[in-house]
Amino acid sequence: MGRTAVTTARPSARARRERTAGLAFISPWILGFLVFTAWPIFYSGYLSLTDYDVLTDPSFVGLDNYERMVDDPQVRLALWNTLQYTLLQVPLYVLVALALALLLHQAGRASGFFRTAFFIPKMTPPVAVGVLLLLLFNGEYGLVNEALGTIGIDGPSWTTDPDWIKPGLALVSLWSVGAAVVILLAALQDVPVELYDAARVDGAGWWRRTRTVTIPMISGALFFVTVVNTIAAFQMFTEAYSAYFGAGNSTYSNDAALFYVIYLFREGFAELHMGYASALAWLLFAVIMVVTAVQLLVSRRLVYYEGEQR
Amino acid sequence: MSDPVRRRRWVRAVVVTALVVLTIVFVYPLIWLLSASFKPRAEIFDNRLVPQHPTLENYLTVWQSAPLALWLGNTLVVTALAATAVTVSSALVAWGFAHYRFRGRGPLFGVVLATMMLPGAVTLIPTYLIWHRLGFVGTTVPLWAGNLFASAFYVFLLRQFFLSLPREPFEAARLDGASEWRLFWLVAVPLCRPALVLTFLFEAQASWTDLLRPLVYLQDAATFTVPRGLKALIDQFGPGGESQWEVVVTASVITTVPMILLFFAGQRYFVQGIATTGTKG
Repeated sequence: MGRTAVTTARPSARARRERTAGLAFISPWILGFLVFTAWPIFYSGYLSLTDYDVLTDPSFVGLDNYERMVDDPQVRLALWNTLQYTLLQVPLYVLVALALALLLHQAGRASGFFRTAFFIPKMTPPVAVGVLLLLLFNGEYGLVNEALGTIGIDGPSWTTDPDWIKPGLALVSLWSVGAAVVILLAALQDVPVELYDAARVDGAGWWRRTRTVTIPMISGALFFVTVVNTIAAFQMFTEAYSAYFGAGNSTYSNDAALFYVIYLFREGFAELHMGYASALAWLLFAVIMVVTAVQLLVSRRLVYYEGEQR
Repeated sequence: MSDPVRRRRWVRAVVVTALVVLTIVFVYPLIWLLSASFKPRAEIFDNRLVPQHPTLENYLTVWQSAPLALWLGNTLVVTALAATAVTVSSALVAWGFAHYRFRGRGPLFGVVLATMMLPGAVTLIPTYLIWHRLGFVGTTVPLWAGNLFASAFYVFLLRQFFLSLPREPFEAARLDGASEWRLFWLVAVPLCRPALVLTFLFEAQASWTDLLRPLVYLQDAATFTVPRGLKALIDQFGPGGESQWEVVVTASVITTVPMILLFFAGQRYFVQGIATTGTKG
């Protein structure tokens, strides 16, 4: 916009000046990209073909690390944990975010206050979320099971029972759903009112209007929230690490909380298997790329964008 | 005739009730945490809202068993540097992409967007090796210095704002002989202040709450940030350690409170800003 004013033939001195200024302004990014993105990608690819412990020079081992990954039961466990968590957490998170956004949308002028209330937990540092997880979801004394008890449900041992560790983490992640709610609410508020009026005239009830007008109109935002959250779920680290790993000696097995990035972190920085950890990183990258690509393909059919430009 | 009106009132009452209940569910854990920090050890799990025997003992214990003032100071410095660095550098880069036309701009911006998709795990180890080679492992420098080179997400965000500025004032100022730097600094930046504040706040939060990088780069407790310190306290006093939960709880409060304050200081920026990232993303 506003560009058309200067499309008349420009003197080339002007063009040169623009180029010089433009490149000068973006130079910090170019430098950062080369040093902190391009080189690391290249070097990480190289390291994944070596044995490297930081203390001695990397020694080339070909595809050994990748072969080792195939046989490593910990890799299988970590991948499986991460996949299970993602499949559990992402749909739950998006559905809850959508439900809360729809509710807020109904609240009219009062929505500002509630939106703030839902957003505040998002500010809590993930380490502290890990602490809250251990305390509130404690099987014996925790507030969550106490609340469940009042409605006659005998709550599980969320933090020690391997079957309940991932559901517990997924539930606690809902606590920071606020950002997604804000995004979806903004999308809801952008839906033209005429569409609802038209649907109402056609006799559509609340559920039909939601299904046939609201959801399609905010599918772009829903897709955005889903993709971003899937990538984040695959890289789950802090909450699980704070609660279940570290120097403290656990009295129970934390295998159920061994997520992929936690395993990668331990291999790389505790065991100093930097070559192997680099190979692990590339596998994660590949998995995330494939999943995101699939989501993009599916979205082509499901997501509606108003106009051709987003 | 009055039926739809009554129905609407009913719906409204149900919606507001549901929202009030949910608000309590969302805010309660923070209040629980705050309240627990004032309880003696034996009462932490009594789950009462108001402590039966309120005490400041826990804050004293934490203060004595961990160098909290030092950790808070470290985190404050890192956070301020990280947020300032990323705001200034990302603004420069975003302006370069938004305002100037030059060959390769489109593809380069495509690269900016692509780097947003790159999982941090891929670059984690080589980046560590860079800081290792430069001798900065063990210091807080790696926690902020990378921010001097702009960050893709903020470049994207700020570019959106810069693109919305009209071009005429810039052309006029250019005819008056203003340098490109002055155009940026004296015209574009003041016009996009809300977006810059937003960038600063987002990064301040990200930097304050980060655990992974402090775990990677910091070994000596004297250099810890508060989340890293809190993790050390969990290890020492938490489930596998001495089970002195009151220390962990109180340290969690101290780690969290600055973020709540940050939120209230920049409330409208946070909420507006997040809404923008979703609809424009």
